[in-house]
Amino acid sequence: MRGADDTTTFQFDGEPIAFRAGQSVGAALIAAGRLSWRTTRVGERPRGIFCGIGVCFDCLVVVDGRPNQRACLTPALAGMTISTQSGTGWTP
Amino acid sequence: MSRVVVVGAGIVGAACAYYAARAEWDVVVIERDQVASGTTSRGEGNLLVSDKGAGPELDLMRLSRRLWLELADELGRDELELDEKGGLVVASMPDSLAALTEFAEGQRSAGVVAQPVEDLRSLEPQLAPGLAGGVFYPEDLQVQPVLATQALLAAAIARGAELRCGTEVLGFTSGGGGDRPIGRPLRLRLGDGSTIDADAVVNAAGPWGSLLGDAFAAPVPVLPRRGFVLVTAPVGPRVRHKVYAADYVANVSSGDAGLQTSCVVEGTRGGTILIGASRERVGFDDTLDPLVVRRLAAQACALFPFLREVPLMRTYRGFRPYCPDHLPVIGPDRRVPGLVHAVGHEGAGIGLAPATGHLVTAMISGALRSRRDPRSPDVLDGVDARAFAPERFASAVTS
Amino acid sequence: MTADVLIIGAGPAGLACAATVLAGGLAVELVDAGHGPGGQYWRHPAPGSPPDSAPGGGTPPGPLRLPRGLRGRGGHPASDDLHHDLGTYRALVARLEEGVAVGRAVTRFGHDVWSLTRDGDGWVAASHDRGAGTERRSRGRVAVIATGAHDVALPFPGWDLPGVFTAGALQALLKGNGVVAGRRVLIAGTGPFLLPVATGLARYGAQVVGIHEAGDPRDWAAHAPAVAQNAGKVWEGLTYAAGLARHRVPVHPRSMVVAARGAGRVQSVTVAGVSETGEPVAGSERDIEVDALGVGWGFSPVIDLAVTVGCRTSMSWSGPVVEVDDDQRASVPRLFVAGETTGVGGATLALREGELAAHRILADLGRPPVSTEARLLRLRVDRSRHKAFAAAMADAHPIPAGWASTLVSETVVCRCEEVPYAAVRRAVVEEGAGDVRQVKQLTRAGMGWCQGRVCEPACRGLVRSLGARSVAEQPGQVRSKGGRGDAPTERLVALPIPLGALADGEVVERSAM
Repeated sequence: MRGADDTTTFQFDGEPIAFRAGQSVGAALIAAGRLSWRTTRVGERPRGIFCGIGVCFDCLVVVDGRPNQRACLTPALAGMTISTQSGTGWTP
Repeated sequence: MSRVVVVGAGIVGAACAYYAARAEWDVVVIERDQVASGTTSRGEGNLLVSDKGAGPELDLMRLSRRLWLELADELGRDELELDEKGGLVVASMPDSLAALTEFAEGQRSAGVVAQPVEDLRSLEPQLAPGLAGGVFYPEDLQVQPVLATQALLAAAIARGAELRCGTEVLGFTSGGGGDRPIGRPLRLRLGDGSTIDADAVVNAAGPWGSLLGDAFAAPVPVLPRRGFVLVTAPVGPRVRHKVYAADYVANVSSGDAGLQTSCVVEGTRGGTILIGASRERVGFDDTLDPLVVRRLAAQACALFPFLREVPLMRTYRGFRPYCPDHLPVIGPDRRVPGLVHAVGHEGAGIGLAPATGHLVTAMISGALRSRRDPRSPDVLDGVDARAFAPERFASAVTS
Repeated sequence: MTADVLIIGAGPAGLACAATVLAGGLAVELVDAGHGPGGQYWRHPAPGSPPDSAPGGGTPPGPLRLPRGLRGRGGHPASDDLHHDLGTYRALVARLEEGVAVGRAVTRFGHDVWSLTRDGDGWVAASHDRGAGTERRSRGRVAVIATGAHDVALPFPGWDLPGVFTAGALQALLKGNGVVAGRRVLIAGTGPFLLPVATGLARYGAQVVGIHEAGDPRDWAAHAPAVAQNAGKVWEGLTYAAGLARHRVPVHPRSMVVAARGAGRVQSVTVAGVSETGEPVAGSERDIEVDALGVGWGFSPVIDLAVTVGCRTSMSWSGPVVEVDDDQRASVPRLFVAGETTGVGGATLALREGELAAHRILADLGRPPVSTEARLLRLRVDRSRHKAFAAAMADAHPIPAGWASTLVSETVVCRCEEVPYAAVRRAVVEEGAGDVRQVKQLTRAGMGWCQGRVCEPACRGLVRSLGARSVAEQPGQVRSKGGRGDAPTERLVALPIPLGALADGEVVERSAM
């Protein structure tokens, strides 16, 4: 049985998310029932995948400490640490 | 009521329209494209005293700064996005710091507030370590150029001015020439086939001002000087002031046609970082040059290391209206009575616009009201307008 | 190293071009933002090992098979049954791989091209290698732009709720990731593309509660000749129709989404009928519970690189497109453009255009032809046929003229900069903005991460519809007729790249001098 150990999961805000090889971070999050992983910098609105092909930049997320990565284009890898991004992803 | 036709709806044209309308002239602004669609929308919106040495341009800037603050009260600070952010000029090496300190000394004697800074990172925490030092100029301001242009034009329209976009001034059909009796208007030919009579015509066509001058047989030596600005993805308020390297001043005042880049970094309200500034004389060639982009990126990363991780989101380029002596051309043209130039501000047009509009209006008013020879009053509000007079190029133009 | 042919985009057009010029003996460098060949049309999962079990309820059973040559270690999960014409895809990829094997083809996947500029007589594309985080330059004696298209999206209240996707996003999640993005899904918008999205989702277990098509498929009858000449397309459409019937997916012509609602994610959708004049019919609204919504209003060609190098463009029904001649040559020398970038028309058209461009490139670079005259003739005939079909489809599936009547003041028009409709309206009506560039300058709409790719169709439409009103309401302003209305937006940076990568690129450049 696979799916719970870190060879097929990444961490999202401290919780393991299972994924299938070849999936993007965004697709794995959606498969796990998460539709949003970012809040906008003005209205703090929740956002996730919109265009799904790297054009709209709505699905920005923090990947291993690097903010503003497109979840729809970032391949899911075992042991990654993904976290919700708020605003610009940068602290003043 | 006598009519003033302002050619160009950039920031300088908008300021001329505003002050002329306030002086109760019948103002018509003619713009071949859209409001602020040329150089105005391609700059950062700098109102800098820091990059100007003692002299007429600094005097003009100090007047303009006072006028901008008045305008902010009248039109609304937020309408202009006026920001009293202050400028920080940094020197990386001891010898450039010495040159900067001497430059600042001259500015102080002209009345500029210029404060030496030893601990640069107390002002700008994200600056790279190890820089030799710098000078802080609290009087440097910023406005959002397109919004400011729009606000000035809206205020002019509220006072009766008319704005016509999408048509061009091609020249004049009658009434021109040095032998024209004072007081007889110029009849301008427009691109849409119509004509309009004007008691005064203001050339506020920016880098295209030389073309307009030619159309009036009154050439002015304004050349385009291309510049690129980089805009990053939004990062929030991580750069607090306008920060630039001391070599910027040297590049601004250089006449070299080749590519020059000097680092200017600042944050915006939208959270993006603007990175300038390149200068090169390549005519109106608007080809993207990745080399310029890379060089500006490298210089900015050296000044602010955190920028390495920040994506470049867009870049834009524009053409500064450049005069060989780096001073604007402001004043009546003796060759065509009624024609007044307000061009050639190079990279300082946003900052210098209100003072230009104020001077131009005073010159028109003085000339037309008294029906006398339209010579400018020489000194107005602390500015000696002779330094900007078109006839300073007379020998070069006729030769 | 300078390749003979630098190709940007590895979708159908780019692949067809690459395979053909390789067959003719030329060297190719192929750059693409995706993780492998195929583009959006033949989107496949990234390489990896097949799963033992599906991790989420929303994942279809795998593994399916990708072409052998493309399989990474341990093979791929794939989704062959979602694709059309995989035989062509496999053949093209096999020829590309042969080219790689003999050292005549270089592929750069995962590379975002940020600029294309002249390099002596040829071209240099600068890209961001996302994996390595560095800038790379790719050179070619001639260049081919085959950058495809993306969904056109239009705002409506609630369109920025999580769970609202473009139709293309739902398709990409399914084809490329094996993920069905909702249990109860509603599909809306216009155009034939909605059908495969709906059937794909239904086949993999989603309940597709309906397709709300703003147009009326019966309008196809008006274009009988163009439709009749494209038997393949008609057959494809019938296949989807059968699929929809099998999965009991209702199709509602002349219906559109006017709002999405929910707390933190979409929970319900309001649909309304569309009148003859393209307005939502008042009183016809009804609410439908969903957990995902996919909307597609057709496609926008990606033409940024071509605009920056000065190619002549023209306005088409799908926005600005690059003008090309009969041999797919753009208006600037040694530059070819193929596929959706010259006008949206589907994968088959893109394949033909890519091959026709390749044929001309072979001739230009002094190579003998690899296609017979008969084949070339057929390619050209095919191209016109598919262009005619695309035009007929566009005509039968217009964006409803009254789409903007759903907007309320606080509806976000620009998702990146969160610019509300009220601000755009003010810019156009009160401040006289006459084109999208000026709307951007005054409101920030289009200044954010996506550089206006998402909101531009909406802003163009609003400038047009609100602008007419503005002239009447603002007599003090005499405005130009439409400003630069139809001029394409300039995006000198086609995709973002970290400043550090550029800075290091500068060092490379200097040391090379």
